[in-house]
Amino acid sequence: MRLDFADDGTVQVRTGKVELGQGIRTVLAQIAADELGLAVEGVHVLSADTAFGPDEGVTSGSLSVQDAGSALRAACIQARTRPPRAEPLVGSSLPRTDLAAKFAGAPSFIQDLAPPGLLHGRVLHPPRRDAQLAGVDLARVSSLPGVVAVHRDGHLLGVLAERSRDADKAIEVLSAVARWAPGPPGPEESQARAGLTQQPASSSLVAEHGQRPGDGIARTLTARYSKPWIAHASVAPSCALARWDAGRLEVWTHSQGLYNLRRDLALAFGVDADAVRVRHADGAGCYGHNGADDVVFDAAWLAREALGRTVRVQWSRADELSHAPFGTAMAVDLAADLDARGEVLHWRHQVWSAGHSGRPGRNPAPALLGSWQTAQAVAEPPPLNMPLASGGGAERNAVPGYALPAWQVLWHRVPATLRSSALRSLGAFANVFAAESFVDEIAQATGSDPLQWRLRHLAHDARALAVLDLAAARGGWALRTRADGVGHGLAFARYKGSGAWCAVMAEVEAGAALKVRRLTIAVDVGQAINPDGVVAQIEGGAIQATSWALKEAVQFDAAGITSNSWASYPIRASPKCLPSTCMSWPR
Amino acid sequence: MTVVTFTVNGRRHTLDTDPDTPLLDVLRDELQLKGTRFGCGAGECGACQVLVDGHSTAACNTPLAAVEGHALTTVEGLDSRLAEAFVAEQAAQCAYCSSGMLIGAAALLRHTPSPTDAEVRRALDAHLCRCGAHNRIVRAVQRAARDLA
Repeated sequence: MRLDFADDGTVQVRTGKVELGQGIRTVLAQIAADELGLAVEGVHVLSADTAFGPDEGVTSGSLSVQDAGSALRAACIQARTRPPRAEPLVGSSLPRTDLAAKFAGAPSFIQDLAPPGLLHGRVLHPPRRDAQLAGVDLARVSSLPGVVAVHRDGHLLGVLAERSRDADKAIEVLSAVARWAPGPPGPEESQARAGLTQQPASSSLVAEHGQRPGDGIARTLTARYSKPWIAHASVAPSCALARWDAGRLEVWTHSQGLYNLRRDLALAFGVDADAVRVRHADGAGCYGHNGADDVVFDAAWLAREALGRTVRVQWSRADELSHAPFGTAMAVDLAADLDARGEVLHWRHQVWSAGHSGRPGRNPAPALLGSWQTAQAVAEPPPLNMPLASGGGAERNAVPGYALPAWQVLWHRVPATLRSSALRSLGAFANVFAAESFVDEIAQATGSDPLQWRLRHLAHDARALAVLDLAAARGGWALRTRADGVGHGLAFARYKGSGAWCAVMAEVEAGAALKVRRLTIAVDVGQAINPDGVVAQIEGGAIQATSWALKEAVQFDAAGITSNSWASYPIRASPKCLPSTCMSWPR
Repeated sequence: MTVVTFTVNGRRHTLDTDPDTPLLDVLRDELQLKGTRFGCGAGECGACQVLVDGHSTAACNTPLAAVEGHALTTVEGLDSRLAEAFVAEQAAQCAYCSSGMLIGAAALLRHTPSPTDAEVRRALDAHLCRCGAHNRIVRAVQRAARDLA
């Protein structure tokens, strides 16, 4: 953490965390203003830049307030020259410091950077990341107006042009003249999902408690749940700028992890990390490891042909929906042994999934798409899975939070059919959906009220009871009326099994299509620096997860990803059928 | 090459260029109006909407020749009370979709000055927001309607 004090009394804060639309710059300004005795306008939180540190890892896992906020507070206490604010800003819903300019249409995003002498680049990645370039007539492209260079390197193709529109035309022609050798046949999407549990797997015990009893089991309930591959589907395709100058590389990126990216760029281009400067610029909403890092490789790769000029590479919508990593497909089996009274004796949760993290910075080889496709290609590293102590990946939230006499959690690690990496909540999306659906199965089979079953098994956790009670009260659980085709459901989880508490009551209409009429959410995040920011994140997450659950599945065939447009990968576009959400604060 | 004349935010522009050039490229690269954003290039997401004679239009797949003689408004040229209402409701997370949402709101309020919740949702139906700020955006549009009344 670095603080620079100006003569006018204001302070510049250099953080390693980046703005993703979550409002981190605003909450860090609130924290610094409090400790330094300043108005929030007197604190300028700058975009991260490896030239100025600090390395605070990846902006992910909902750790920025907890980690960077705490570090900033400590730094400000050390550095302060006047008493802290008598009326703290922490805990109040200050408006975001960046939104007024963005609403006014001011240049705000990486896509809006236009330094002098800019060249526009486009890159044609193989349709499948293991496809081979069989032939291409580069002369067809190099003769097009405005084209400065056409570049082929192994199976990777790119163009440089003076104007954006020229680059778009050139890549369209390049795409039409490139011929690809058919790769080995790949599974269809539907086969891949159904076949997840039949794939060769490396199985491991995640955790267990107690033993399955030898007798007393009156019946056993089972259920299987699955989740398809899900795209990040940011509204802005990824973009990056890069410039080489005397063997030194400078890049602008909307990546979540600047230092990890710097390390992998250095590996990929054979230079020292010190020769690479990575600067953050705001991008569109990011919900995990999307194409942000890959497009930086593309820009740096093309910039080597640009004679010192800055190159801007803009991915297309199809690039973003087909080449960026996806959230991993999963299958989850639940089983519960019940005694004669319907009490759970033993609970079993089995997960089939690939690893959930293909992020840069964590493997001997660079985790950048283009670096696997050039003539000096390195092999794509398999996706890692962070240990459970760091939040886990495939097994996140698979360990039951309910008080049960005995349980066992297994993870069957399967190969990644598509490119797998971190998408918001990692394995928790499938694991919580499965476990909470299964609780309802148990409640129904044993004639219990789903709310009462949950409360009874969470008696050890007062904050869990509080959010469940609140969601049920605000959502009208006790008063819910049964109507044809309309149902109500509850779910509860803690973030990563150990963080914030959240309960939701849903009202769902099952007509020709499933429709979520209303979600009532209660959340306890502990101390909130900016309560409205928390509401925005929770509500936004719920709306996005509703879209995943109801509408989304990456589609593919042997040639590549086929869901590569908004028409073929629809997200919950339609505000007219959005759930209404209300937020509650038990504390 | 063709000479095309049009106005943007009240200013007259005459460009001698390829008439097939997408309007979005002209706005962003020639006129340096960066508020209109690229999202898909196919008119499917709403990020690049502009007003053409008051009607919300995708700039990414509109050729420049199509706006000959027309009056355009981009997000930079909107009544600032619209953006102020969005600030008041904190109606975004990343705000990449906001320019298009604001244009959509302006087009709606021209003919429906006091829209219902359902009318706002219907009007912004084709605008994608991946962050899930929709409910805030609806509140912001209704606030703008009150402020502009």
